[in-house]
Order: sequence, then structure tokens, then C-alpha cells
Amino acid sequence: MLSIEFLLNALIAGLLLGGFYAAMSAGLSLSFGLLDVVNIAHPAFIIFGSYLTFYVNEHFGFDPILAGLVFAVPSYFLGVAVYRIYYNCFEKTGAESLRGLVFFFGLFFLIEVILIITYGVDYRLVRAFYIGKSTSIGSVGIAYRLFVPFLVGGMLAAVLYLFLTKTFFGRAIMGVAQDSLAVQLMGVDPIRIKTVAFGIGIATAVIAGSLLIIIGPVEPTIGREYIGRVFAVTVLGGLGSMTGTLVGGLILGVAESFTSSFFGPSWALAVSFGILLICLAVRPSGLFGR
Amino acid sequence: MGRIIRHVILGFALLLAVSIAFTPAAHAAKEVKIGFSMALTGPLGPAGKAALLAMQIWRDDVNAKGGLLGRKVKLVYYDDQTKPANVPGIYAKLLDVDKVDFIVSGYGTNLIVPALPIAMERGMVFMGLFGLDANAKFKYNNYFQIMPAGPDPIVDWSRGFFELAAKQKPRPKTIALLSADAEFARNAVAGARRNAKKFGFKIVYDKRYPFPGTTDFTPILRAVKAANPDLFYVGSYPGGSVGIVKAAHEIKLEPKLFGGGMVGLQYTAIQMNLGKLLNGITDYWFWAPEKTLKFPGIEAFLAKYQKEAPKQKLDPLGYYLPPFAYAYVQLLGNAIEATKSFDQAKVGAYIRNNTHSTVVGDVKFGKNGEWATSRTFQVQLQNIESNKMSEFSKAGKMVVVYPEEFKSGNFIYPYAKGK
Repeated sequence: MLSIEFLLNALIAGLLLGGFYAAMSAGLSLSFGLLDVVNIAHPAFIIFGSYLTFYVNEHFGFDPILAGLVFAVPSYFLGVAVYRIYYNCFEKTGAESLRGLVFFFGLFFLIEVILIITYGVDYRLVRAFYIGKSTSIGSVGIAYRLFVPFLVGGMLAAVLYLFLTKTFFGRAIMGVAQDSLAVQLMGVDPIRIKTVAFGIGIATAVIAGSLLIIIGPVEPTIGREYIGRVFAVTVLGGLGSMTGTLVGGLILGVAESFTSSFFGPSWALAVSFGILLICLAVRPSGLFGR
Repeated sequence: MGRIIRHVILGFALLLAVSIAFTPAAHAAKEVKIGFSMALTGPLGPAGKAALLAMQIWRDDVNAKGGLLGRKVKLVYYDDQTKPANVPGIYAKLLDVDKVDFIVSGYGTNLIVPALPIAMERGMVFMGLFGLDANAKFKYNNYFQIMPAGPDPIVDWSRGFFELAAKQKPRPKTIALLSADAEFARNAVAGARRNAKKFGFKIVYDKRYPFPGTTDFTPILRAVKAANPDLFYVGSYPGGSVGIVKAAHEIKLEPKLFGGGMVGLQYTAIQMNLGKLLNGITDYWFWAPEKTLKFPGIEAFLAKYQKEAPKQKLDPLGYYLPPFAYAYVQLLGNAIEATKSFDQAKVGAYIRNNTHSTVVGDVKFGKNGEWATSRTFQVQLQNIESNKMSEFSKAGKMVVVYPEEFKSGNFIYPYAKGK
């Protein structure tokens, strides 16, 4: 059972899954990692993205990735609106810690209920020419259903990394994360910066939703399965680090894949979260944390 | 003074009228309340909502004929969110606050087991909807399970799969077992393990995967492939079943027989998505539009269901759970009518001692409340050429290959030949 071929396949499967985990967590890394907004509703926005993708795929035959990218634009404005409500109701009054958390919990359930009412509780899936097909490089098999989300997830993390490090707005976001008051003294409105960053976070969640429905079927409450994972990836990689989010996702993906392949799938989640705990004990700020 | 007295009298009269109108006895005379929890959200929500629609169709059918013993039927239900922890509270409320006359179970083993102790404590008849060996530890004599698993449900559930395998030449030798880490799937695979031993198949892989919580099945199926089994028996839930079928195709996993206890492959939305990928899989099934399964009343029920289901965004064909959801309340209603009583003991005894004609065929219960004889079909998906719904609404696609008396077509072996 322990052949090089088997090992390589497990590694590739883990990397592919990890890329997708990174895509799911990128938006949370922005909001939670950089802005200290504990957006517990992030997975619900991901599922929201999955359903938007499902709708246009089912009715108009849109490619899921294209749908995700198109819907990212209006979703950005949705994120802006959500942050504005959050800011005015909680952050501005200094009540963000607990009541803000309750707000996002409420938002989580609200999105679920809206999806249930709109689409019903049935499992929804999409069709695309690459779903169900695979290719081989030597003895290593690669399923397009996983490769496409990996590719898009990697690109998403890279784009966000470049945005945060190379653009004025990105550097302003990093600045707000580092020292909001100092940024304010430079004449920049930190609330505006945070609003934009939160909007981008929701836009990436919607893109991640289009990736999720490529991998497997979704139903309105499936987001709950991913709360632990997205926060684990964000914390493991280091709060606010896009490189860390990508690496964190890959580590969890590979850990799950190796555990499933060699020791049995029932240990996969325990091993992943065990890694997170060890990392936090050794390096509390995460692998690439500030 | 006279005006004040008039107002006081009027007030008392109003109070009296209101209290009479809301007295439980006043309502009790009008309605028979049947209470239950149902998974309307969560992983089992899709099937649970379809089951609810089937029960509502039965209620309307019965009420159109004047109700049960002259009393209209009212369904009182709450969403258990597919969470077993919610179930005891719901049944306590149904019995103590809503004062229901009868209770029936929600959908699925995980949601039936937590309700059984309450039913036992109150001495209620308890019809079960798709619980696999839920009564094993309780041994409650007023529990009746509509799912046709059979008297030894855990073993009978997968017997057909193994009998089919054992008949093949050359005889397969090895088997891989994979189950979701949840009550039903664990039970299904526990039975498969016992059958594997009984039929002499060597188990070369036997693992569970986290449910919920598994995103990708590729590494798991690669491990199965590395074990090179002749047979692959899977106990999974809808999301997992889709992931397993897709991953099996992607890594070209081709055991000689593949399937067994995969929930979800019976759902129309999943069938339409997987399409041709389903060909060759042999899985447990309870009803399909095959000529051998035309039970009295089933088509009339399905016509009503299929008219309403699209409006509620439910499984449009409804072949899996809805007929049985209709049947388990139909059977209870028939027992009430036959005994001319709402007495739990009398109704329970009647159900226990008689054969019942339902839309899912004749039902006779054994000592443990399971069907006296197993009628779990093994269906092989064959000749699926597209993803259209019409593909799955006609005969010849979900071919009954076990048992012999309901067989509707030939079994294609090995799996790769049927793909």
C-alpha cells in the first residue's frame, strides 16, 4: 500500500483540496485577520455564492467559475452594505466584541433561511465540461473538479497578495490593520478602507462558493461544516497574511489527504485541528502572522 | 349601576365563549392530532420535506373521506433540523403541550432513536420512518418500521448485495467497506461486515469517514483502490454519495460490484446531475417505476405528489421516501379505522397482528416491529444516457435485480461492463 505512486497521489489530492481551502479562507483572512471583524457568517456568504452560481448554471448554462467572477462584483457592494450596518450599529459604539458576533451569527442564519425559502432544502449541483473528468501525469491522477478550484484559489490568493502589497489601497488596508490611528493622521479614512476590504472579502467568498459547488453538492446549511476549517486556515496561516492563508490551506489539505489515505478518513479532521493546536502552542501568531 | 352590571355580564359571557372555543376538549372532538418531528432543514431536510408533503397528501385524502372515525386529521409537526438533540424536546411538547393523539417518527435512524424512549414511557404506538434497526436495544412492542429492511434489519439490508455477489462466476473474494460516521451508515456497514463474513468475502478495507465534514473523497477512494477489492460496499449520505461516485470515476476505481448502502442516488436532483456516472452501480432501493412494483394506489399517490412537489421545490419524482411516508400514516389510519378506537394498545395490537395493504404493497410486521420479511431491493442503474429527468421516470433505468420475485431485468456484471 505504501508506494511512491500512492504517496504522490495523496500529496496532489491534498494540495488540490488545500488550494480550495485557501480560496474559502482568503476573504476571512481580510476581514478577521486584518480588520478584526469576526465575520462568522463568512461560510454562509460562500454558500450564497454557490447558490448564485447554481442559479445561472441551471437556467442559463453559465460556467460556474465565470458565474462566480461575475457575481463577485455585486457581492462586493453587498459586503460594503453589511459592513456599514455592522460599523454603525456595533463598531462605532464599541459594542463589536459580543454584539457584533451575535450580528454575524444572525446574518449566518438569515442567509440560510433566505436560501431555504428561495431554493428549498434539496441538494444543488452544477454542470460544467470539466466536472467528472480527470487527467494523469505519469501515475498521478488529477481530477479537474478539484484542479479548477485549486487553480482559481491559488490565483485568488496571489491577486489578493499583490493587491495588498503593491497597490495604494492594499497598503492602506495593511496600514489600518497595523495602526488605524496613524493612518487616520495621514488623512486616510480608516472606515472607508475597512469598508472596501470587507467588500472584497465578501466578493472572494462568493467566488469560493462557485468553487465549492464545482467540488460537490450544496444545501443551504452546509456552510456550518466549514466554519471550523476557514477559521483554522486563517489562524494557522497567520492573521492577515495571504501567503499564510495559502500555506495554511495547503497544510490542512495535505494533512487531511494523508490521514485519509494512510490512517483512515475518520482521523482526518482531528489531525488537521491537532496541527492547528500545535502551531498555536509553538507560534501563537500563526505561521506568517504579524 | 344597571349599565355596569350589563357590562360585567357581557364580559363574563365573552370570557365563557372564548374559553369554550379554546377548550382542548372542544378541539379534540373535531380533530385527530398526529404529532411528529421532521427534518425540514439540515442534511436530511430535502427528503424530510418530501416526506412531509406525502403525509399531507394522506391527510387530505383521509379528510376528503370524512377523517378517521368521523374526526378530521391534523398533523402537528416541528423541524428537528436533522439534529437528534432536538427530538426529545419536540416529542415532549407534542405530548404535553399539543396533546396529540398519536405520534409517528421523523425521518431517519438518528432522529427516531431519541424519540423511542418517550414513546415507550407513554405507551404510544410509534410508526417509524426509515430507521435502520432503531428498536434493537429498546425492543418496544408498539414500534413499527415502514422501511422494508426485514426482521434482522442490519443484516437483511445488505443481504441482496451479497447474494448477488456470491452468485457470480468467478466468485469474488475480497471486499472494501466504507461508511459515513453516523448511525444509519454505521449500521448498514455493520450488517455488510456480518454478511461479508457469512458469505466468505475477505475484508481488505474497512474505514469510516467524518460526516459531516468530508469535502473530497479522492484520497479515501485511492486507499480503497490500493486495497484492490472485488466488491466495494458503501454506506453514505447524499452529499457523500455524490462525492464518492465522482471520485470513483475520476480515479477509475472499478470493483466488480459497487454500491450497497448509498443514500441519495435515489434522489432525482442527484440522479440528474450524475447521469451516466450512475450506470453499473448496484444500490439498495425501495421503489422504482418498474413493472414489477405497481402496488395499488402508488401511481395515484405519485400523481398528486408530482403535481405539488415542483411548487415546493422538492424531489420532483419522489420515488424514494414519499411513498413510504404516505404508507406509514396510511397504515396507522387504517388501524384506527379497523379497531374503531384511538386506544394505543388496541391500535398497536391490530398493527402487530395483521397484514396491511398500503401504497408500498402488503406490509406484515415481525416481533421486533420490522417487516416480517425483508423486501429491500437491489437496483442496478442501467442504460442512463442523459441528465434529463425523463430518463429517470421510465422503466428500464433503475432495474430491480434482487429479489427474484420483483426482478425487472438482468444484472450486469462486473460493474465496469455496466458503466
